Amino acid sequence: MRAGRRSRDNGDIVVGIVGYGAYVPKYRIKVEEIAKVWGEEPDRIKKGLGVHEKTVPDIDEDSATLAVEAARNALLRAGIDPTEIGAVFVGSESHPYAVKPTATIVAEAIGATPNMTAADLEFACKAGTVSIQCCMGMVASGMIKYGVGIGTDTSQGRPGDALEYTASAGAAAYIIGKNGNGSGALADIEATFSYTTDTPDFWRKPLAEFPTHGGRFTGAPAYFKHIINATQGLFEKTGTTAADYDYVVFHQPNGKFPLEAAKKLGIPVEKLKQGLLTPMIGNTYSGASVLGLAAVLDVAKANEQILVTSFGSGAGSDSFAIRVTDVIEEKRNKARSVQSYIDNKEYLDYGMYVKHRRKLKSL
Amino acid sequence: MQESLAITWRRIPERYGLLGTKCETCKTNYFPPRTVCPNCRRRGKIVKYKFSGKGKVYSFTEITAPPEGFELEAPYVLAIIELVEGPKITSQIVECKDSHVDIGAPVEMVFRKIQEDGPEGLIHYGFKFRLVK
Amino acid sequence: MRRVAIVGVGMTKFGEEWGRGFRDLIVEAGARALQDANMSGAELDALYCGTMAPGKLVGQEHSAALIADFMGLNPIPATRVEAACASGGLALRQAYMAVGSGMHDAVVVGGVEKMTDASGAQVSSALGGAGDQEWELFSGATFPGLYAFMARRHMLEYGTTEEQLAAVAVKNHANGSKNKYAQYQNEITIDTVMKSKVVASPLKVFDCAPVTDGAAVVILVPLEKAKKYNENPIEIVASAQASDTIALHDRKSLTKMRATEVASRKAYEMAKVTTKDIDIVELHDCFTIAEVIATEDLGFFNKGEGGKAAADGRTALNAEISVNTSGGLKACGHPVGATGIKQAVEVTWQLRGQADKRQVKDAEIGLTHNVGGSGATCVVHILKRA
Repeated sequence: MRAGRRSRDNGDIVVGIVGYGAYVPKYRIKVEEIAKVWGEEPDRIKKGLGVHEKTVPDIDEDSATLAVEAARNALLRAGIDPTEIGAVFVGSESHPYAVKPTATIVAEAIGATPNMTAADLEFACKAGTVSIQCCMGMVASGMIKYGVGIGTDTSQGRPGDALEYTASAGAAAYIIGKNGNGSGALADIEATFSYTTDTPDFWRKPLAEFPTHGGRFTGAPAYFKHIINATQGLFEKTGTTAADYDYVVFHQPNGKFPLEAAKKLGIPVEKLKQGLLTPMIGNTYSGASVLGLAAVLDVAKANEQILVTSFGSGAGSDSFAIRVTDVIEEKRNKARSVQSYIDNKEYLDYGMYVKHRRKLKSL
Repeated sequence: MQESLAITWRRIPERYGLLGTKCETCKTNYFPPRTVCPNCRRRGKIVKYKFSGKGKVYSFTEITAPPEGFELEAPYVLAIIELVEGPKITSQIVECKDSHVDIGAPVEMVFRKIQEDGPEGLIHYGFKFRLVK
Repeated sequence: MRRVAIVGVGMTKFGEEWGRGFRDLIVEAGARALQDANMSGAELDALYCGTMAPGKLVGQEHSAALIADFMGLNPIPATRVEAACASGGLALRQAYMAVGSGMHDAVVVGGVEKMTDASGAQVSSALGGAGDQEWELFSGATFPGLYAFMARRHMLEYGTTEEQLAAVAVKNHANGSKNKYAQYQNEITIDTVMKSKVVASPLKVFDCAPVTDGAAVVILVPLEKAKKYNENPIEIVASAQASDTIALHDRKSLTKMRATEVASRKAYEMAKVTTKDIDIVELHDCFTIAEVIATEDLGFFNKGEGGKAAADGRTALNAEISVNTSGGLKACGHPVGATGIKQAVEVTWQLRGQADKRQVKDAEIGLTHNVGGSGATCVVHILKRA
């Protein structure tokens, strides 16, 4: 529970989460399966990365289908008329098309079209949280009544590279609306703070099949610098400290970085447990922070406070201060929990994984 | 055969949202939608009707010799699904083998890629089904 | 309506006929039919042709005009008829109505399909047009898949087994082994069928009709003029046709074909016969389950008993009812548009006593049954020794 008074932004806290939804594919591949092919020691990898298996999308799934499933779950919780949605933003680094937005496919599939706007975003792993921020602005300004912000990915790892153990698939969707009594907000978004620089830690050119990363450079100058600065910026802006938060969700490229970041910020690592999914499902990229938040919302109680800080390579972090309302109890069970998706799994061998991920040249 | 983009676009309300029709005169639901009710013909008053996506397996098979465009997915389970509102449709059941399926098993709708016209071509999305646990 | 007779029949060998193209096949079959009728082409006054998919298979539309041209029959009217796999039977019906109505006096009607010039995928896609393109084929259905749906329901509702279906294929191969025109003249066993590769469970390769090239032709004249051409005219005493939903999922039942029931009832009525009077049946066994269902819908066995009847040998040559003495679609082959006409050719030979080693004893009345797609069209004819 919180210790100090929270100061507010200029103006009142006006936006909240009216509905949230998650989706994680059924198929998995274990670290052992991948390590076997490349002649590596699975235990060393599992220990080093803090990951033991990751999700693999079905052959007929992509970032659009994952986003639709998550958005439909969010709508089930929100219980709103989809035609009142004024905007849909989808953040991903694996949009099915480079030109033709995923957002219009999702908007059509949830019944939000045609009197609304939509667009796709890219900011590596934080495109989902940026989508949420876009909705926050549009709702707070009165431009729209509801907005949907989605983070979704079916990320590809270069065969034989360290990222092959973690690059996975998943999505989460958030329906943002005004908060306050009668608004249906199951959580208030009390504040957000972002920290952005031009940092070349990880990139992919349009015609390249796989991304390139900066190895150890992705640590201190990238992930940690932005997560720490954004989080500290949020603390200052809101007059809060780590002690005020019951749950903390950090972007989670592996199972280790978030715990290290927590230590650097003086946050007890127990607060990260509920929202740390990467060990079981891998790094869902644009889905990572937003799925972690969904896992927390699946259990959090009214008035508990959640800190979320995402990270996207390139680079930047978005930090959020979220407070759960008592509406959560009546809405939570209207759609599947993150855990129910995590528990529903079937393992693939490396050959089937390669077929699913179309890594065979002829495919 | 690749479906033309115009046909795909025209079918979006049906394939994404299971939007069909209903004849108010004889109270029959239609999916895929019909503009002429076979029972009432011109006397039938046809209105839009949205289906829930819930149904059960009426018959099924596992396709091991796929048609063009479905090679990557084969083998897959194809079924005739009886929607709870009455009509039957032909669709895949995802994430299963035919040994998992029984006639009468309940299913729910999911959103998937149905076809893709090669690496540079259009993606055709729509409904498939999944066994309900 | 005038009474109509068949006075000439001819067909090509069915099979993978690499050396002959679309027009070669139909011209050959046509020449044989004219020979059989002792008739000059100059006496013909109309042409009908059944062919399902020459546009997709060989890029050729306007096929009736092409056939009339290459048979040397210009300028007689030439009409193509299409009802998927029932194109041949439907063309026969159109020709029957043309002569019966008095509109024409000597009509040549052929069926032809050239399937092996196209790739396997192109053939599959072309045949898929017999179903509902937007709601069956789009979802990944194939024709074996659609008939597999029927097989599973038949197994659930009546206890039909895969071995019983296999018995149908075994019987048809036994008949085909006696037919020099058949694509497959080898006998097989239940084991052959059961061990063959699954195509759409539970149907396997040997449950399915093959891809075939071939053509068949018959010549029709008014009965009163028939003896001029052939001393054994065969009268068409019934011609009936019915339709049903294009998509299998819109049918009320998957274990019977309403179009077969309606068309056959009409045909029996027209000919004033019952199933007991029928000596030989050429029915549409595009898949083994199709034969089982057809024997029931045509009234030879009670609904649900067709599988056991086949396994018990009741449909074998000179058994209770001789079904598919030509070898059926399975062993004789299935050049789609040709099948409906081939059925009439086979029944004609049987009724004339010209069926060699596969002769049905004392055959007087025969029935042909031709189906389009998964049952959206059915055409039934009854033929009788005049």
